[in-house]
Amino acid sequence: MKRLIAGLPFIAAVIFGGFFLWGLNPDRDPNEIPSVFISQPAPKFDLEAIPGLETPGLSRSDLVGNERPVVVNVFASWCVPCRAEHAVLTRFVEREGIRLFGINYKDKPADAVKWLNDLGNPYERIGSDLSGRTGIEWGLSGVPETFIVDGDGTVLFRYVGPVVGPEAVERFTEALKQAGALPSGAAS
Amino acid sequence: MRQLIFACCVGLLPFAANAVEPDEMLTDPVLEQRAREISKDLRCVVCQNQDIDSSNAGVARDLRLLVRERLVTGDTDTEVIEYIRARYGDYVLLKPPLEPATYALWFAPIAFVLIGVFVGGGVLMSRRKQEAFEDLGAEDENTVSEILRRNEAGDAS
Repeated sequence: MKRLIAGLPFIAAVIFGGFFLWGLNPDRDPNEIPSVFISQPAPKFDLEAIPGLETPGLSRSDLVGNERPVVVNVFASWCVPCRAEHAVLTRFVEREGIRLFGINYKDKPADAVKWLNDLGNPYERIGSDLSGRTGIEWGLSGVPETFIVDGDGTVLFRYVGPVVGPEAVERFTEALKQAGALPSGAAS
Repeated sequence: MRQLIFACCVGLLPFAANAVEPDEMLTDPVLEQRAREISKDLRCVVCQNQDIDSSNAGVARDLRLLVRERLVTGDTDTEVIEYIRARYGDYVLLKPPLEPATYALWFAPIAFVLIGVFVGGGVLMSRRKQEAFEDLGAEDENTVSEILRRNEAGDAS
């Protein structure tokens, strides 16, 4: 009994030390918000096209029945990181051949059209989410966010924040490969 | 002096201001009150440590509007919270639900208090026992007096 009591501080130190060690892990992001949609069906939504843009609107049915998983990117012209991410996504579409759909989150149509005209439009379809309601349906916490959706409408992957920088691009590429969203990597 | 008091009152105004803007509020005071109560239990996913009732973030405003919209369509409080929980997960609840995954969270404090009482009590009890010592036996008494006597004799010489 005495030994047990004498050993308690040591045990407590080991437990707390373990927590501290876990907390020191640089890969751990304490701000990460778990997504409920991973491996769950994508939410229902039906968005009109952006007025003044030829790209058609986006609804859930567009995400279902595709040969390969598709990428859904939530963006806005007022979102500065989206501008940096735009170049990355364009490269993914042009070089890797991913299919990219967009949700234009709480954006003035005129601003969105100008933004896409200036930077180019890599999106196959873009839905205009003026009210932000579709954003809530997707459990959005901010823009940009990027999802990979399987052919049966299941959400496979969610990336919060801009896919910018080598680490983020690598993580996203890995997710695309695993999902089989890349034409060449479909077998892996 | 009067000016100073006025200035203080004006200075306090911003603290009285609320994140809930007038255009969001429902005309029905009962529903509005329910909406406020629900909003206080929902986490703002942008600011993360604030409820949506007091947050000025855009998403928080959208969620407040959504809460009110659901209430107007006749949802119960639980249904509204479940609706938002289905989209944002348990994370959106400021008070985590009691589930196997959260048992450690809910019961660890109680367990620690119990361990503390148990260990602390144990230590105190064992100390009290030590204080109550028994009388020396006849043999030990003899030895002690023998030593004392010898010491006295030694001092005298």
